[in-house]
Amino acid sequence: MDMKEIKKDFPILDQSIRGHRLVYLDSAATTQKPKIVIEAIQRYYETMNANIHRGVYHLSEISTLAYEETRKKVAAFLGAKDARSIVFTRNATEAINLVAQSWGGKHVGEGDEILLTEMEHHSNIVPWQLLAQKKGAILKYVSVQSNGTLDLNSIDSLISERTKIFAFTHVSNVLGTMNPVKALVEKAHERGVLVLVDGAQGAAHLPVDVSDLGCDFYAFSAHKMLGPTGVGGLYGKLDLLEEMPPMLGGGEMILEVHKEYSTWKSSPEKFEAGTPNIADVIAFSKAIDYLKKITMEVVHQHEKELTQYALARLMELEDFTLYGLKDAQHRAGVISFNYANIHPHDLGTLLDHQGIAIRTGHHCAQLLMRTLQVPATARVSFYIYNTKEDVDAFMLALIKAKEYFNRGTRSAR
Amino acid sequence: MALEALDDLYREVILDHFKNPRHHEPLTVHDVEEEGFNPLCGDQLFVQLKIEQGVIQDIASWGKGCSISQASASILTEILKGKKIEAVERDIQFFKDVMNRRSDLDQQDMGDLEALVGVRNFPVRIKCALLGWTTVEAALKQFKQVEGGRCKKIQS
Ligand SMILES: Cc1ncc(COP(=O)(O)O)c(C=O)c1O
Repeated sequence: MDMKEIKKDFPILDQSIRGHRLVYLDSAATTQKPKIVIEAIQRYYETMNANIHRGVYHLSEISTLAYEETRKKVAAFLGAKDARSIVFTRNATEAINLVAQSWGGKHVGEGDEILLTEMEHHSNIVPWQLLAQKKGAILKYVSVQSNGTLDLNSIDSLISERTKIFAFTHVSNVLGTMNPVKALVEKAHERGVLVLVDGAQGAAHLPVDVSDLGCDFYAFSAHKMLGPTGVGGLYGKLDLLEEMPPMLGGGEMILEVHKEYSTWKSSPEKFEAGTPNIADVIAFSKAIDYLKKITMEVVHQHEKELTQYALARLMELEDFTLYGLKDAQHRAGVISFNYANIHPHDLGTLLDHQGIAIRTGHHCAQLLMRTLQVPATARVSFYIYNTKEDVDAFMLALIKAKEYFNRGTRSAR
Repeated sequence: MALEALDDLYREVILDHFKNPRHHEPLTVHDVEEEGFNPLCGDQLFVQLKIEQGVIQDIASWGKGCSISQASASILTEILKGKKIEAVERDIQFFKDVMNRRSDLDQQDMGDLEALVGVRNFPVRIKCALLGWTTVEAALKQFKQVEGGRCKKIQS
C-alpha cells in the first residue's frame, strides 16, 4: 500500500493554513476523517434516516440493520466473540464512567481498592474518584518510572485482598508507552481482580484482540480512529454486562414499564437508553472498513517508522527534552517534548503560524505531568496520513520558532 | 504569511518581561498571597501583596507558564505597585474590558498596557494574558473578606 496516496482520502488535509500547507500532528486528540466516512453521514440522512429498533417500515428496518451491522463489525475488529458485548456510548470517557457507575456501583464498597496508574488520562481517573468518594473506596496508583514505563514490579504489592479492579491505559496519550496488557491482565486475574483497559489510544493504532488480551472491559472512541465524534464504545465480557444494572433509564432499554418499576432488556440495549447517535455509528463502520483495508499491522508499522524518523532528527537538536522512551520500537506514534526553553503554548502558536498543528499543555494527564515535573509539554502524534515530509516541515518550523523567539532581547534568563 | 505576523503578539516588551520578569522574588512580608491557575494549559501563578492604608505598598508575582501569562504578570506588578486598591480594581476591570473588546476603549490611552493589546488578536491566548490580573483580583477579595481589610503581616 502506498501510504502517500492515503492523504488524498482526507479532504481536510488539502488546504493551507496562513499560507502554509496544513500539517496535522494532533491525531492523539482526534483524527481526521476519510471521505468515505464523511459521505456516509450525508448518505445516511439522505437515504435512510429513521429511528432504530422502533418502526416497522422500510427506513427504520434498514437503519436498524446498518446500526447493528456496525456493532458486529466493531466486535470483529476488536476480537470480541459476541456482538452483544459491544455497547455504544458517546466516547471512551462515557464507557469508563459506565463501568465505574454500573459495575463499580454494584461491586465496590467501603474500604475496597481500585488500582490505577499515574499515566492515566483524566477520563480514567475522575470516574473512579467519583465512585470512591461515593463508596468510601480507596484509590491506589502504579507509579511511572523516569523512562516513561510503569513500575511493573510494584503491582504485586499494590494489589491487596480488597482490590476490585485495575484500570489502566493501553497506550499513554502523552508518552506513547505501550503497556503490556496481556501480562497485566494475567497478574490481576491471578489475584481475582478485574481489568478495564482504556483503549482510546490503543484500538486506533494497534491490532487489538480483546479475547486474546483477556481484559474484562475495553473502552474506545471512534473519533480517534477515523470515525465521527460522538461515538465510542465499551467492550465487556458478556457475563459481566449481563449482571450490571443500567446507568441511564429511558426508552429503548426497557422490556416492560409499570408504575412502580420496570424491567429491562439484556446487553447491549440495557445500556443504550434513548435514541443513540445513529448516523455517526453507521458512519463509523466505514472508518473500520478503511482501517481493515490498510490493516492495523501496517498502521502500527507506519507510525513506528515515522516516530523513528522523527526521534532520530529531534534528538540531534540542542535544547531538546524528550519525555518517555527513546527507542521507537517500544512506543506508539506520540512524542512529548520541550524545546529551547520555549513554553509549549508559545511553541504551539509559533508552529501554528507555519501551518503545523500540535498539541500543547497537560494533555488531560496532570498526575503524569507532576511525575515528569513539568507544567506542560508540547506533543506531536502521527497517524496513517502523516508522511516524512510532515516531519521535515515540523523540524524546520521548530528551528524557525527558536530563531524567532530568541530575536531582539537576547538576555537569557 | 510568516512568523512576522506574530510580532503583534510577541512584542519586544513582552519578550523582555518574560525573560527578565520584574518583582519576581517573594516578599519578605506580605498581607495576602493568592495562587492563580489556568486549567486549560496548566499555567500557574503566585501573587503576593503588601497593603498599607489601602495602598499596594509592594507586590510580587512568579510562576510557571507561557510568555504571555508571565509577561502580563510582570507588567502588572509595575503598573499596580503604589496604587490605591480602588485604582487597582479599576485597572483590572479596564484590562478585562480591553481584552474582551468591550465598549469603545480603543480610543483611550492604554498606558503601559499597550504592549498587551496585541494579544486580543489571538483569542486562545487572552486567558493567558488575564491570569495575573484575575489572580490579583482574587487576592484583593481574599484580603477584604478574611481580614476585613485589616490584615496581619505574614512573614515569608
Ligand atoms: C488515553 C486516553 N483515554 C481517554 C481519552 C478520552 O477520550 P474521549 O474524550 O474521546 O472520551 C483520551 C482522549 O484524549 C485518551 O487519550
